[in-house]
Amino acid sequence: MDLDDLNAIAEKERASRKKTVIRCCTAAGCMSSHSDAVKAGLEKAVRESGLDDRVEVRGVGCMRLCCQGPLVGVDPAGIIYERVTPEDAPSLVASTEGGATQVRRGDPNHPFFRKQLSIVLANSGEIDPERIESYIAADGYLGLHAVLIEMAPKDAVDSVIRSGLRGRGGAGYPTGLKWATVAKTPGAQKYVVCNADEGDPGAFMDRSVLESDPHSVLEGMAIAGYAVGASQGFIYVRAEYPLAIKRLQIAIKQAKQIGLLGSGILESPFNFNVDIRIGAGAYVCGEETALMASIEGKRGTPRPRPPFPAESGLWGCPTLINNVETFANIAPIIRRGAEWYAAIGTGKSKGTKVFALAGKIANTGLIEVPMGTPLRQIVEEMGGGAPDGAKIKAVQTGGPSGGCIPAHELDTPVDYESLTRLGSIMGSGGMIVMDESTRMPEVARYFMEFCMDESCGKCIPCRAGTVQMHRLLDKIVKREATAGDLSKLEDLCEMVRHTSLCGLGQNAPNPVVSTLRFFRNEYLELLRQEPDGEPAAAAGAAPARNKEAS
Amino acid sequence: MKHASGDKRFKILEAHIKKFQGRQDALIEVLHKAQELFGYLEDDLLLFVAYQLKLPPGRVYGVATFYHFFTLKPQGAHTCVVCLGTACYVRGADRVLAAIEAEAKIKAGETTPDKQLSVLTARCIGACGIAPAVVYDGTTVPRQTPESAVAQVKGWLPHGP
Repeated sequence: MDLDDLNAIAEKERASRKKTVIRCCTAAGCMSSHSDAVKAGLEKAVRESGLDDRVEVRGVGCMRLCCQGPLVGVDPAGIIYERVTPEDAPSLVASTEGGATQVRRGDPNHPFFRKQLSIVLANSGEIDPERIESYIAADGYLGLHAVLIEMAPKDAVDSVIRSGLRGRGGAGYPTGLKWATVAKTPGAQKYVVCNADEGDPGAFMDRSVLESDPHSVLEGMAIAGYAVGASQGFIYVRAEYPLAIKRLQIAIKQAKQIGLLGSGILESPFNFNVDIRIGAGAYVCGEETALMASIEGKRGTPRPRPPFPAESGLWGCPTLINNVETFANIAPIIRRGAEWYAAIGTGKSKGTKVFALAGKIANTGLIEVPMGTPLRQIVEEMGGGAPDGAKIKAVQTGGPSGGCIPAHELDTPVDYESLTRLGSIMGSGGMIVMDESTRMPEVARYFMEFCMDESCGKCIPCRAGTVQMHRLLDKIVKREATAGDLSKLEDLCEMVRHTSLCGLGQNAPNPVVSTLRFFRNEYLELLRQEPDGEPAAAAGAAPARNKEAS
Repeated sequence: MKHASGDKRFKILEAHIKKFQGRQDALIEVLHKAQELFGYLEDDLLLFVAYQLKLPPGRVYGVATFYHFFTLKPQGAHTCVVCLGTACYVRGADRVLAAIEAEAKIKAGETTPDKQLSVLTARCIGACGIAPAVVYDGTTVPRQTPESAVAQVKGWLPHGP
């Protein structure tokens, strides 16, 4: 397999494209609305109407607007159909030849679609994720070729540094810096690990990328392997994502078959293999040291850093760990240049970010926007605001480690620094919209229950602290708490944040702290009077020692 | 070592372990397979895995109990997993769960006395765009209401007087 072979596959695939392409979403969201039956119906209708030579039905990845699934797109007409049923198939197919159809049409010019800028999701909803040819026809593996044939490993690292890409898993550590550290750490054996343990409730970006475009992740990992000097990769995926696992297995098999993974890739001396490791339902395994313990077949408990995985990771070897979305950004950066990428986004946050928009919002689904896009544009313009005319109260980002951003801060641009300033985090990209009917102390209790259940139990502040904080929040929600309880809760938040071993414990207080900061009144209204008659409002001002470090 | 029971499933598991060349770091993969074959991980099965991988039984038990995905108790013939992820939660998954619990007369995490239905919860199955979602016997069903969920599980419950 060399460049000519790669181009030949792409040419053949493009040449076989029929006049009309009907794209049917086969990602998990639409699948649960029976899009597989819709696809079978469309194929049957095409056969029965004798349009085989002109119309092609293609199973594709996520088409973004999950709430209106199953979604079907027709090209080149540029039409999107919503809530398609298998019974709709005959009229839908007939419409490609001028017939009429009653199937509901979506608006491809809606801001939800128009304001997106697709890099990571460029192939999502376009290519067939189960056929490598489809990916190659979309310039797939050209990035890997360019790196292997034209670049020294350090040039590849340098490209990623210059692109300004930062980790998409949550913390936003500069990706290029991480690569450079692993590259310069000596070691005969190094590993590349893809963190696909997308555990934040409300986040489904990584799942969609794996289901829609698995090769983009494999290509990113292979490029990383070349850049840092690793020959073995692992993808750690949640067991809750069976379809993503299946598509990854297919993708790895196909890439191996035609020599894009394995030994002597693209006729270079570079070898790279990828194995899948399936998680077993432990949120803490999203933390990198816990994830590595899990890959080694142990209990997924974190360990103190340093040493960082870049120096001592899997089996003590230098290990590069990046998130799914981070890897999916790599091939486009190599193909189109670091400067192109660095021109997108804000000063410190480059490129785009994929968000999973869900909760009390009209248009739920996946969006990819340039960094720095104001939250208001995302939730109001693109998301269409809260359904049924309700008012948006807050937007939750970052899952159980994040916080709630109140409606009056919606003009905040989405980048790492701005969200941190508001006491939330970018996180992996889950964005849950809450309307006026959502009560914030209950939300805080919900997240604390999550952290309490998911605490691995290794360090005491997290193991015992989350239980105590949950009890206090439960007391508050049940109107049994006093002002003293609230101040105890705030003390605990500080203590757990500063003394926990890993990110789970350190960030567990975030939902409490951020809701207290913006919605303190809701807590105060629930407080019971102290027995000695001290008014609950005494807790209105936080004690000085609890003031958040700004 | 052959398992004394002569149960063929142990043989399949053994073959699976061979596929990983008996590597100890494949423990989680092996436990996945074991649970797939047997439905749950009983002590005898964990001991078998420990012996095959040459690991202390305590280590195997420790891993099996650490991860939520592994269950050490038998499950019902049917399962109903209510997603309690944030998106499902703000769209009323708690009411859906309450309705199912009331109908089945068991709490989440339990199995009906006739071993027909297990009610479970999940911490986000990534189906947030179609919240609230419930997984009935492995099939994710979108946009559930207390009524639709009860209708779905009713057939799996003993018919009352």
